[in-house]
Amino acid sequence: MQDRNLSLSNILFNRSIQGIFYQIVTLGLVILAIIYIVDNTARNMVARGLASGFHFLGVEAQFDIQMTLIEYSPTSTYFDSFIVGLLNTLLVAGLGIFVATIVGFAVGIARLSSNWLIAKLAEAYIEILRNIPLLLQIFFWYFAVLRALPKPKQSLEFADSFFLNNRGLFIPDPVFGEGGTLILYSFIAAILISIGIAVWSKQRQNTTGQTFPVFYSSIGLLISFVFLSMLATGFPVTFDYPELKGFNFKGGIKLIPELVALTFALSMYTASFIAEVVRAGIQAVSLGQTEAARSLGLNPNQILRLVIIPQALRVIVPPLTNQYLNLTKNSSLAAAIAYPDLVLVFAGTALMQTGQAIEIIGMVMGVYLFLSLMTSIIMNLFNRFMRVAER
Amino acid sequence: MIIRKLTILSAIISLFTVSAATAGTLDTVKGQGFFNCGVSQGVPGFSNPDSDGNWSGIDVDVCRAVSAAIFGTPDNVKYVPLTAKERFTALQSGEIDVLSRNTTWTLSRDAQIGLEFAGVNFYDGQGFMVRSDSGITSAMELDGASVCTNLGTTTELNMADFFRANGMSYEPVVFEKADEVVNAYDEGRCDTYTTDKSGLAAQRTKLADPDAHVVLPETISKEPLGPVVREGDGDWADIVRWSLNAMIEAEEFGLDKGSASSTCATTGNPVVARLCGKEGGNGAALNLGDSWSYDIISQVGNYGDIYEANVGANTPVGLARAGSPNASYKNGGVLYAPPAR
Amino acid sequence: MNTEIKDSIEVTKPPIASIGIIGWLRKNLFSSWSNTILTLLGIYILYSIIPSFISWAFIDASFVGSTKQECSKEGACWIFIKENLKLIFYGLYPSEELWRINSMYFVLLVCGIYILIPNLKYKGWVGSFLLILFPILSVVMFSGGFGLETVETRLWGGLFLTLVIAGVGIVLSLPIGVMLALGRRSKLPVVSLLSTIFIEIWRGVPLITVLFMASNMFPLFMPEGVNFDKLIRALIGVMFFSAAYLAEVVRGGLQAMPKGQYEAAQAMGLSYWRMMALVILPQSLKMVIPAIIGSFIAIFKDTTLVLVIGLFDFLGIIQFVGTNPDWLGFSHEGYVFAAVIFWIFCFGMSRYSQNLEKKLDTGR
Repeated sequence: MQDRNLSLSNILFNRSIQGIFYQIVTLGLVILAIIYIVDNTARNMVARGLASGFHFLGVEAQFDIQMTLIEYSPTSTYFDSFIVGLLNTLLVAGLGIFVATIVGFAVGIARLSSNWLIAKLAEAYIEILRNIPLLLQIFFWYFAVLRALPKPKQSLEFADSFFLNNRGLFIPDPVFGEGGTLILYSFIAAILISIGIAVWSKQRQNTTGQTFPVFYSSIGLLISFVFLSMLATGFPVTFDYPELKGFNFKGGIKLIPELVALTFALSMYTASFIAEVVRAGIQAVSLGQTEAARSLGLNPNQILRLVIIPQALRVIVPPLTNQYLNLTKNSSLAAAIAYPDLVLVFAGTALMQTGQAIEIIGMVMGVYLFLSLMTSIIMNLFNRFMRVAER
Repeated sequence: MIIRKLTILSAIISLFTVSAATAGTLDTVKGQGFFNCGVSQGVPGFSNPDSDGNWSGIDVDVCRAVSAAIFGTPDNVKYVPLTAKERFTALQSGEIDVLSRNTTWTLSRDAQIGLEFAGVNFYDGQGFMVRSDSGITSAMELDGASVCTNLGTTTELNMADFFRANGMSYEPVVFEKADEVVNAYDEGRCDTYTTDKSGLAAQRTKLADPDAHVVLPETISKEPLGPVVREGDGDWADIVRWSLNAMIEAEEFGLDKGSASSTCATTGNPVVARLCGKEGGNGAALNLGDSWSYDIISQVGNYGDIYEANVGANTPVGLARAGSPNASYKNGGVLYAPPAR
Repeated sequence: MNTEIKDSIEVTKPPIASIGIIGWLRKNLFSSWSNTILTLLGIYILYSIIPSFISWAFIDASFVGSTKQECSKEGACWIFIKENLKLIFYGLYPSEELWRINSMYFVLLVCGIYILIPNLKYKGWVGSFLLILFPILSVVMFSGGFGLETVETRLWGGLFLTLVIAGVGIVLSLPIGVMLALGRRSKLPVVSLLSTIFIEIWRGVPLITVLFMASNMFPLFMPEGVNFDKLIRALIGVMFFSAAYLAEVVRGGLQAMPKGQYEAAQAMGLSYWRMMALVILPQSLKMVIPAIIGSFIAIFKDTTLVLVIGLFDFLGIIQFVGTNPDWLGFSHEGYVFAAVIFWIFCFGMSRYSQNLEKKLDTGR
């Protein structure tokens, strides 16, 4: 080795020189390109009298937004509208991920079912949904939902408290009265105790091999704690029921049809990809694992829960994360059906009102970029954690 | 510091790049033989493509007039369909040279975001459309209504003002494209659809059953609609402004599309003679040929011609001109062009 | 001997319940209580979807006629599609120039079939014709020049435009994606860092913001008066976007290559580029073919987003046609038709990738 290095040192030297030279050239070109673009933009903006900077964020926005998770009115600032849009984006992405995960896992497992019909249905679901553009599916579901639902006056109702019509789904809103905080505390306490039981049971299993029904005991704890605390405080929870007033229902919690259709379309579409990810993950666990587990005397449920899923997850998680990211980015298609997400509210109305395209598009892209980088970082940590758990 | 260095560096770079920065829009346009006109994605009567991609409408005719003034033919225009959201960015960036897309003239747009309004080709106001069977007869009955409208318009702001001023609540449902608004309103997503009244009349033709809808009497805002150009190019703005004014003045002095050639041949009226390009030197002042206004009138028409052809009472849009602000000032309207001299 | 045994021992047939249709049903559908419930659920789902869809799409549907008055109220109105077929397939492209598109379709079809038929000679030549000469020829044929009348890109539309965008995206993004992947794996830190930043930025933002920038803000970044056609800008956006995704796919393939391959190639004295071109890339690309075609399918589906920036692609033109006052209220027919066409293309591509995967499997 030493000898070869010596005899090749000349070439090696040349190579590294070459490498440095290429790198400097590349870097120089990139910097020149960036300066060129920045300079052009600055000139053009001056020549066309365009405003720049972020002062507009503190200015009164003057427009209304259909659905806001925080307090917002036309007197709020553009920055508030940015937050409203961001939260709405996160809401639909969160809901979408939740539903897509459940449906995706169900379909993915169904795809491997020994039941021929169920396996074929799952396959048909996957092949149909993932081969049709999402935008088309969003339009279809939105207008299908709108057409199928009745007018407010002919609402579908359930127990006089749930109403469904083409203005949305209205459900009672719980209002906590005096003593409501006790219920919250007992809820938290129940969760903490459940975690404690889980840790204890794991330790006991490691030392004695005996298992403890953690899941059922936790559920029992949660229900009994919340019920007992409600009993103690005399049921301080009242409900704000939706009521038909004039055109629409007032009161209660309202889920607008845009949110429903978008969540539905996003999660059904993404679920078809998640199902394939799940299937590949399960199939990646070798048959020997199942056989070994069976010979240890584990029942099928235990085999799936303790042997297959933990190993499959290692294969599933990275592509699953990608699907979550895709779903989040795809939620930007909300603008097509009037769901007030970041793109519609901020890169739409606010951009039009202020005309500061560069700042606003920059902020919007920055948000998505940040979300995507954060997710990658969390996933890398998760992967590392899984790997440690492996051996 | 860094910025200064960057500026110096970029100044050096720009020495090596071919720059056309000094040429005004008019020279660029004359050089390339056409200009880009931003229009809507389809508002009947204002700017609407037929199935062969030919555009027509009162907004389109403004661009055709500008083309006639510069090139002597109304057809050297490329139409760029834009959503309301895209329009100003497209104009600012230079993607289009004239924006003629039922755009409301407001202070903030004129002063703040790098735009310059070149006049008004349609005086409008915002209204509400509802289903006839809803029994609503006034906008004041709309408390609690779901309101469908278009993203990125003054409509969105006026609507917020109107409901706030009258202490009423509402649910804004804001779509990106006008067609989606119409579709959603038609499917029953909203109780009412709000936009400029001319827009309501135009979009009503796109509803499944136009006769089942009424426009409420209230007008909640002033919406002077007109062509827009980039700020900072006064020569170009002048051409657009006076192309529009020429059409208005031609109507006032009885010069119309059909009779332009015969009237011009015989006229003794100096105002008409100037419009015909026989006297005055208006063309030179605008860096155009002397026949610029004659070309507009004889090939596109005067304001009355384009109004009646596109949005008048005999068109599907059906907006009667008499009694509206769009009538000439002599007939009780507010249409009044400064003298072209 | 043998015959004796055969005669003497009665051959017992398997029990009737374990063979034939009944056996199959029992094994695959009703093996347990839970399976039976699932099967019934499945049958119910099928029952609630399929008959009503068939009667809407076929039995009650209207096929004959030319106006919406001739459509039945209950079923689909396929007349709507039929009457607007030219718009849906070609957009506003002038009718008398349609032969230009059609003849290119024909050339593409012939070459495609030639390549798909196994065991034919000169496939490499046909392939390189498709990848190099065909695109150049297409530009001339579609947009004009050399004696052909110019057709502006704003008139392009419908399925044709979708295919153009997807085609350009697919053909151009692969080489760029490979270069980016090599760049990211490069030992030169600057190259690797720049490639990584480039890839992550494009992958991190939604395509519609990219398209918005390309269509409305691009001239702001250029010296005054410098501008390209809107379609070209959208194409560049789509191209870089999909190249970034492809780069990650290709990188996966590169990472999966055993180190011995690199070392062997270096030991042969191959330069970096020869090593990559002759040894590493052919093997690693082969490994990730399914994922690459998956990305192509994604590009194809993503082309629908150009309707957001006012290009009338397949989906955009269907919406546009649906707002024609003569054809109001048929958006569902339009969406279903678009869905079927998109599905055929995407499903075809995914099936092709599965075949290719099998064929190229050299038994690792």
